[in-house]
Amino acid sequence: MGVSGTVRPATEWELSSLVAAATERGKPIEVMGAGTKRSVGRPVQAALTISTTGLRGITLYEPTELVMSAQAGTPLADVEAQLATRGQMLPFEPIDLGAVLGEAAGRGTIGAVFATNLSGARRVATGAARDHLLGVRAVNGRGEAFKSGGRVMKNVTGYDVARGLAGSWGTLAIMTEVTFKVVPRPEETATLVLSGLTDDLATEVMCQALGTPFEVSGAVHLPQVMVSRLRTPEVRDIGKPVTALRIENLADFVRYRCDKLREHLAPYGKAEVLGNDVSRAFWDEMRQLSVLQADDRPLWRISTKPTSGHKVVEAIRQYMPVDAFYDWSGGLIWLEVPVSADAGASDIRRVIAQYGGHATLVRADQAVRAAIDVFQPLEPGTERLSRGIKAAFDPAGVLNPGRMYALS
Amino acid sequence: MSSILLPEPNADILARRDAIIADLKSLVGGEAVVSDEDGRRAFETDGLTAYRKMPLAVVLPQSTEEVSAVLRYCHRNGIKVVARGAGTSLCGGALPAEDAIVVGVSKMNRVLEIDYTNRTAVVQTGITNLAISGAVGKEGFFYAPDPSSQLACTLAGNLAMNSGGAHCLKYGVTTNNVLGLKMVLMDGEIIEIGGPYLDSPGYDLLGLIVGSEGQFGIITEATVRILRAAEHARPMLLGFESSEAAGACVSAIIGSGIIPVAIEYMDKPAIEVCEAFAKAGYPLDVEALLIVEVEGSNEEIEDLLARLVKIAEPFKPRTVKVSGSPAESAKIWKGRKSAFGAIGRISEYYCMDGTIPLKQLPHVLTRISEICGSHGLKVANIFHAGDGNLHPLILYNANDPVEVEKAERAGADILKLCVEVGGCLTGEHGVGIEKRDLMRHQFSETDLLVQMRIKSVFDPDWLLNPAKVFPLAERVMLDRVA
Repeated sequence: MGVSGTVRPATEWELSSLVAAATERGKPIEVMGAGTKRSVGRPVQAALTISTTGLRGITLYEPTELVMSAQAGTPLADVEAQLATRGQMLPFEPIDLGAVLGEAAGRGTIGAVFATNLSGARRVATGAARDHLLGVRAVNGRGEAFKSGGRVMKNVTGYDVARGLAGSWGTLAIMTEVTFKVVPRPEETATLVLSGLTDDLATEVMCQALGTPFEVSGAVHLPQVMVSRLRTPEVRDIGKPVTALRIENLADFVRYRCDKLREHLAPYGKAEVLGNDVSRAFWDEMRQLSVLQADDRPLWRISTKPTSGHKVVEAIRQYMPVDAFYDWSGGLIWLEVPVSADAGASDIRRVIAQYGGHATLVRADQAVRAAIDVFQPLEPGTERLSRGIKAAFDPAGVLNPGRMYALS
Repeated sequence: MSSILLPEPNADILARRDAIIADLKSLVGGEAVVSDEDGRRAFETDGLTAYRKMPLAVVLPQSTEEVSAVLRYCHRNGIKVVARGAGTSLCGGALPAEDAIVVGVSKMNRVLEIDYTNRTAVVQTGITNLAISGAVGKEGFFYAPDPSSQLACTLAGNLAMNSGGAHCLKYGVTTNNVLGLKMVLMDGEIIEIGGPYLDSPGYDLLGLIVGSEGQFGIITEATVRILRAAEHARPMLLGFESSEAAGACVSAIIGSGIIPVAIEYMDKPAIEVCEAFAKAGYPLDVEALLIVEVEGSNEEIEDLLARLVKIAEPFKPRTVKVSGSPAESAKIWKGRKSAFGAIGRISEYYCMDGTIPLKQLPHVLTRISEICGSHGLKVANIFHAGDGNLHPLILYNANDPVEVEKAERAGADILKLCVEVGGCLTGEHGVGIEKRDLMRHQFSETDLLVQMRIKSVFDPDWLLNPAKVFPLAERVMLDRVA
């Protein structure tokens, strides 16, 4: 069923009635926000698609308490625009998968940001989307509307169900409202850039930088081929691999911290410092993943120990030619691989098993996604628990069946 | 305090006590099993000392495998298990039951691995909170969550309760600082989740387990984030004539875009007691005191403190005092962190732990003093103002049963008030037995069902940390509708 057949309930009650009716008849439901990440995961066979975009609007914003609530279908762009009016932002800088998935950029919803735990470069310093989720309202696969958490920063009343829903890709419940922590936007951003480093030296630099007291809030390393795809000329024209470290704070503090960090990293070469505007343009490109190509090549996201990242890439290169860039000081790898029947899954997973971590196939042909595990296969113990949790929320298995795992 | 009902112990289990103890000794060795009355007495309560229950026996395993053997045995024999760290819980989270075994992790307290490059440490969970920072301090690193009991409390307890602390305004609470776990499920299965990377595959089991109050399993090892400490930190004191002025000042600070590493609030009764105890230099002529701490280089600190003084000006602070030396800073924090102990020297107290939206502070403080006044009780308030976590300490005479009951009633009314104004029953202490029966004030029947079904996934027979978190009747409902 196409997007035209999509139902957009306007209230939580309407949504829960729809789910209850579908559950009663055992009818699977595809769950989405704006549908921009629809092509991630194993294809969902569903007679009914429910979109949360009918649930729209910011319901609470207290800038002096650093908290906002919004209905799940509220466009992320609206949330960020509203925060900007008070000099604030989302702490975790959610990446925008739009471009790499062949969709328009900037169209996602705030609910989907949490449902997929989308986090960007700032995660190394301030945490992921899941770390800033304070509360949710949601409808589970039984059609029950429930809440978890609340609107205050510190809350350990009952189990942390809200966090359990983060990153569950609509397979446990459909979020109807999310409440989250926000932070002030830093006055000034600067970027220290080292060029020409090999992947292993770059990893050393990034890890060292994050081990200093200067609060580095982004550490990425781009190979030459990806540098050449940048739109920010000041960085693109470097024409060599680029290692970028972000410092954010009050303007005077940023100057001091850049000087100290540059001194600290002097053995690795002379670092250039990018000013505020260029820095913001560059990190915005990181957020849009603009150095990745919007083509047919399968795209993997690998999470591992920072010092293992470059070893993982090197090991995968024994099996296939790949382009890779590193975020999270080396611990997050975005990997473009050649088109093949399994998108390189068996070789990549073998390497991951050796080094630790996990891999998700973010982009691939539908036939490939139907044939292989898109998400990292689980260990028997966690698989049994995950199966139980799926059954607790959605015993009939109607919500996004099979999208993450075949659990029911 | 004794109004909270606890289930009748299972007579069959009590009758089998000698055999059970013999079995446990054969599993983990006689040394690791505490069965005599004097030995067990040390475990009969936790930080909520009004409630006491002698456990059937206490087991202090040395390894994950021993924990697994004990849990497998208890599971097969239908014996309840209460997990215990240091027993500092203020909500009765570690209160034993007469028909339950206490499994304490205190002997498993080693640091297994420190990786400064990847900024992680792997530790056994019986380690104290402060010992983690102690182990990495020489390289300038620290473990961020800092509950007031950090000298004594274990990481195991912090994980169970998702503990916070004074500095979580900037650094987050336990759940934000843990990357991986090794946990023993009730049937003895050992599972590992996450590791030295920033996210885990599949559902966020880590997120569900942290804060599950020892009801999902016993966590024996954890991979935690360690952070590089700031160059320096320095607190300042801001004293105000009213709670309104102090609360408005906190809003102004946060609204300005400066997020201090901590903003602590004390009211007059708390200031007086803490000053008498710690000689921290707190002003005695103010109604409300803020301790605001900032971090950075010395120049940055000077700059930030000057900005804060300016932000505070419109609220007419009666005291503005920047710490002049590391020794003075240490005293200022000593006064705050020993508040519970200092107040404990003048009276028994009942420590509450609600969270409220910051702008409700003046209203909530007024209502708290009305509530306590109507019961003829005094109260002192300590507040993590930056994140809204309020600790009213209700003073009472423990030898007067009528006053004890009044304190408990006043406490319940205060927590209901926190929920009414948009907050919650507990910000960092947990539900335990203490707030179990108040859960219906914050959650609907469905909200509780959703949580209880998750409990059943991890522990289908509900043997782990029984009679905590959920009202006893809710359990009956789960069996009926799940």
